[in-house]
Parts: sequence; structure tokens; C-alpha cells
Amino acid sequence: MKNEKGNEITGNKVTDILFCGTGGQGVLTASEIVSLAAMYDGFHTKKSEVHGMAQRGGSVESHVRYGKHVSSPLIEEGQADFFVPFYKDEHDRLIAYLSKDGKDLLSDLENAHLACENKKFVNTYMLGRLSKHLNISQESWLKALEIGFKGRFVEENRKVFLEAANKA
Amino acid sequence: MKTTLLLSGDEALARGAYEAGLKAAAAYPGTPSTEILEYLAKFPEVDAKWSVNEKTAYEVALGASVAGVRSMYSSKHVGLNVAMDPLMTSAYTGINGGFVVVVADDPQMASSQNEQDNRLIAKFAKLPMLEPASPKEAYEMARIAFEVSEKFDTPVIIRITTRVAHTKENVEIGERNEIADKPFTPNAPKYVMVPGYAYKKHIALEAKLLEMAKYSDETPLNSAEINDKSLGIIADGVSYLYAKEAFPDASFLKIGFTYPFCDEKIKNFAKEVKDLYVIEESEPFIEEHVRQLGIPVKAKDVSYRIGELNSTLVKEIIENKKKIEKPFTARKPVLCPGCSHRAVFYALKNLKLTVSGDIGCYTLGALKPLETLHTTVCMGASVTMFESMSKILGRGKVVGIIGDSTFVHSGVEGLIDAAYNGAKGLVIILDNSNTAMTGSQPNPATGVNAKGKKTKRLILEDICKAAGADIVETINAFADNLQDKIKELTDKDALSVLIVKYPCRLIYKIKDPVPKFNSSKCVTCGACLQIDCPAIYKNKEGKITLDEHLCTGCNLCVKTCKFGALAKKDN
Repeated sequence: MKNEKGNEITGNKVTDILFCGTGGQGVLTASEIVSLAAMYDGFHTKKSEVHGMAQRGGSVESHVRYGKHVSSPLIEEGQADFFVPFYKDEHDRLIAYLSKDGKDLLSDLENAHLACENKKFVNTYMLGRLSKHLNISQESWLKALEIGFKGRFVEENRKVFLEAANKA
Repeated sequence: MKTTLLLSGDEALARGAYEAGLKAAAAYPGTPSTEILEYLAKFPEVDAKWSVNEKTAYEVALGASVAGVRSMYSSKHVGLNVAMDPLMTSAYTGINGGFVVVVADDPQMASSQNEQDNRLIAKFAKLPMLEPASPKEAYEMARIAFEVSEKFDTPVIIRITTRVAHTKENVEIGERNEIADKPFTPNAPKYVMVPGYAYKKHIALEAKLLEMAKYSDETPLNSAEINDKSLGIIADGVSYLYAKEAFPDASFLKIGFTYPFCDEKIKNFAKEVKDLYVIEESEPFIEEHVRQLGIPVKAKDVSYRIGELNSTLVKEIIENKKKIEKPFTARKPVLCPGCSHRAVFYALKNLKLTVSGDIGCYTLGALKPLETLHTTVCMGASVTMFESMSKILGRGKVVGIIGDSTFVHSGVEGLIDAAYNGAKGLVIILDNSNTAMTGSQPNPATGVNAKGKKTKRLILEDICKAAGADIVETINAFADNLQDKIKELTDKDALSVLIVKYPCRLIYKIKDPVPKFNSSKCVTCGACLQIDCPAIYKNKEGKITLDEHLCTGCNLCVKTCKFGALAKKDN
């Protein structure tokens, strides 16, 4: 089957992406942007997280699932296709979520910190790296970046995203 | 062109209510329900209000319904406890304009003090309850709830849980339907609940429940999906989605209209399938009812009543396992760098006082290494528990501590109680002019309403004096004499209120010059770490490090350093 944008949606496979970090690192903004981008490409998308106390520097994790149809809002342990950490300790704590064939983006986190003088753009860089592996159109990514960051630093975010996405 | 938005369960529910012609809404903020009213406040057609507490919110919303418009109340699960008084009797009076009561439960306590299952409230209060499994369903059920409310002349509860409220999903939205206001006709037997009238209303309510049970059996909100008949699962709310994920080929009775129960559908479904399970979070609410119907059913071990479910746990339940609790490894939340609460806790710790605490960011003062808050039960309890604790443990030993929003919620009554009953000692109001833990909502003491408009501001000093406090003083949280002032007022033979003022760092991003850190003077004694500030920590080499980016320059750490390694920088 194909979605509205003509992208192939193969079978019932749901793509599972786990984001983690601590309060204030932009974890929830990053997961929002992936979810928006997947939605713009016509995928059924669910993202789940908890708010409240977590905002005070505590652990933050956000589950994003998209595909033809998604049931549970939560990723099962050992099922995440992609793991996007923003903090090493949180990565180590939640690594059991990553599936055996899953992709861990921890090494990209180090590159993100090297590449981004302003730490505000680390999450955008990580999204750029993630985008290489996902069947989401660039058009939808760029639209999602603009909406997800509420129109702030549009040009800078686009530049960082594309740089990370185009890097080998 | 249809519009599809990525909406949370809270937002989708609010959007659905808006489109259903909602005209009035009242709420008190509380995770995970806060975003419902925040979303509604954006619409000029909706009179959306933050109320003082859940009881007033419920009555404000009920009043709008009685006056003839579609109206909605929303709060978190424990908030509904505060509104139980009007809730119970509004089941008797019924409504005029459609009235929907949204309650957001928090199994797993992402940000709550207990895990109560408010499905039991539906049965207790004799009110119908709907349970969406997802944002999409929350959007649709909002409209249905208003129709049910007006059809049966009753408040309707929509119960969501954290994983519905804070899950986002693509939701196709529509246009608003304006609903004509209903006339208000005085009708004492309906609206005045004195014994004679209430008795007749109770008779009518029992008949209404039977009618609603019939509706429960008719509505597609409760529907059977027959697939593999060897496994049949009855599930409500988000539990249905976990079960569907775990057993996509099983047969399901999906419950969306939870109470009154759909007995005929349950009986028919039980006949169709071989192994019958109930999958539900928290209490065995549906399970017990199915057993009452005389139907043998398998269900979860008691251990799964604690915390939330997920698809992995559903598999364990079906395998008849017991839950193994994993160690709690998540990073603990911490007060923000420069938070004024930290200055107060530092002073209280030095004075070795027993602290009767309350609900807000400052509850974090109970955690290591601050450990300076000794009780937290519910909103407002700090003042009332202080009243009796100080009498029994001795004056000069106990203080009460409460935030500005929580004080307005239900601390004021406690202060009147304390004054009336001759309590002596100190109540501290942490006035950061914000309801910070739930994401910065205004409250009466901020002088701004839910729509962001200026309104009458409640003057805390005035109300404390009017309540009967002998001494009411105001002090800056970072004043050098804070600790001495607390000591003075705690020991005095009077009832005192000390209002500690400093704006919340989440709203007012103040950055003063950061202290100077001289590492050669640092002996790594760790005294500065005892204030638990994220901006000061031990690095991987075991050396004290000041994060100048995070630091706001509050200089509290300077007070802790006896070796001059941390020094205030001159402006």
C-alpha cells in the first residue's frame, strides 16, 4: 500500500524509536518533530511520554511509533528499531529497549556535541542523523522542524539538520 | 480540505468538546489533566477558567450547565476527591446543558501521590463513565459524552489515564457546532436537594441507571471483535491497546462505555470464546463484575494492580505470572538551579526543624540530600497538619510550608482553622507567583486568569491577616537574614506567616553574576553539594565543578563553603 505522499508502507511493520535524556535537553521536542514528520507523510503515528515532575531535570523518555496502524503507545523492551539518546547515563539505563538488529545513535551524540557549539541544536543534529535511516520525506522533515520549533531559529535548525543528514 | 493535527489525549478531548459546542469549562491544574483547560482557553467561544480548587471548579462548571450551556470540568484523579461533594449530589440533580466531568488517572504515578482508580467513582456516584483508549477516541467520545449527558439528564465522566492524556496521535478535526442555550426554569424538586426531593431523585436515579445499562449494551463504544476464539479478552481504555498489541489475533470485547456495565455483551462474548480474560489497569473493576454475572474469568495477579500495564505485562498476565518489581533506576527530579525553594530548605535544615509539607515543586525537598520536608499527603495538608503537629511535638519544633497556588487551593481554610484553634508557630508560604510543577499556570495570587488577562489579584498578606495570623511578614528568599527570621517567628508565642517571595525561574529567567570558584581553595568537603543544585557537581575526577551556564548566580552555594573556594562576584 502507498500513503498519500506515494511512500511505500510495507505490511504492518511499525517503526519504533525511543528517545531518552533528562529534563530540559529537548527530548520531547525531538520526538515531537519525528512524529509530525511521520504524520505529514501519512503514517499513523503515536508518541507517548510523561510530563510533570520530569521537567525538573529528571529522566525523560519518549516513545515514537509509526506505520500503517499503531496499537500500543509504548515500545516493548527489546523492540526499538532506533535508540536516540541525549544523555549517556540514560542511554545505559534504557539500552534493553533496543532490538537486536536495532540502531543505536549514541556515537552520533558525541559527534553532535562536537558539531554544535550551541547545545540548543544538538537535538536537531540527532534528528538529521536519524533521518538517514527513516522512510520519511525531506519535505516533511523540514516542515516538522519549523512547526516543532514553533518557528524559532528556522534557518539555523534547517542548516544543522541538513548538515547531519548529508554527512556520511 | 480536512485538517489533521498531532494531538495529545488532553488536547483531542478538549478539541472534541469545543466542536460539540462547549461554552464553559473550569479546572484546577494537575498532571496529567492540565493541558485540557489550557487548550480550551484559546477559544473565544469558551469561557475557560482556572478555579481556586477542584470543588469550586466542579461547582462553577455545574452552574454553567444548570444555566443552560454545555459545560466541562477537568482535573487529575486526586483532584476529583476534592470535588466529591458536588459530584455525588449532582448525580441526583442531573443537568440542564450537557455536563462532562473529565478525570485523568495516573497509574504508575508519573507525577502523583497515589494510584487511585476512579472507575470505582462511577459506580459509587452512580454516574456513567466513558473511557477512550487513544487521543482519536478521546476526540470522538467528547461529543458522545455530551449527547449521553443530555439524553439521560446526568453528568458524564470521561476517565483517561496518563497514557491517553500524554500520548499524541494524528487526529482529524472538524468544525464547531453551535448548540442553542437551554432555558433555565426554576424547578426545586430537581435542583434543590433537601431530603424530600432528594429521596425522589434517588428513586429516579436508580431507574436511570437501568436505562443507561441498556444503552451500554447498545452503544458501539462497547463492541466485540471475534477472531481467534481460543482467547477472548475484555479490556477498557488503553489496556485494550496493550492487549491488542500483545495478542493481535485474539477476540476482544472492547469497553469504551465502562459504566453501567454492558451485561448482555459480556455474557454473549463469554459464550463465544474459550479462555476468557479481563485486562484492565489498577483495580479489578470489570473482573469483579464479570464474576458477579457468574462467568468464570481469568485475570491478573494482585501484583499487577500496582503501576501501569504495557503489552509485555499483558503477556505475563495471560501466562499467569506474578509481577517482578524492577529496581527504580530513573534519575530523580531536582529543583531548578537558582530555585528560591532551595534557599528556604537550606535554612530549615540548618535549624533542624520538622517540616509539614505540601504539594508542588517544593515536595522535592524531601529527597536526598536536602531531606528537609517530612510529610506530604494532599493539597493544603501542610497547614492543618502543622496545627496539630506543633501542638503535640512542641512549639518551635515544627513549621508548615506551602506554595502560593496550593495555599490558595486549600491552605487558607487550614490557616483559619489554626488561628481559630489557637495554634502558635510558623507557616511559610513559598510565593514564586507560579503553579510551576504543572507547567506554569496562573492562580489568583498572580492576578492573571486562564485566558492570560489581568484580573483581581489576591493579596496573600491581606488574606493571611484576615484569616487570623498574628504576624504576617514578607521576605526575599535570598535575604541574608532568612534563617534568623524563620527562627524568630518559629519560637514566638504567636501564629505567624512568613511569605518568602522570589519569582519562579521557569518564568523569570534572571541571571545574576555567577560566583567565583577558586579550585585551589576547594578541599572537596562536599558541603556545597548538600544543597542539591544541578549547577554544582563532582566531575569524573572527583573535583567540584561549577557549571557557569546552568548557574543563575543565586549565591546560595557561597553560604555553604567554609574554605572560601566559592565567593560572591561583585556586580
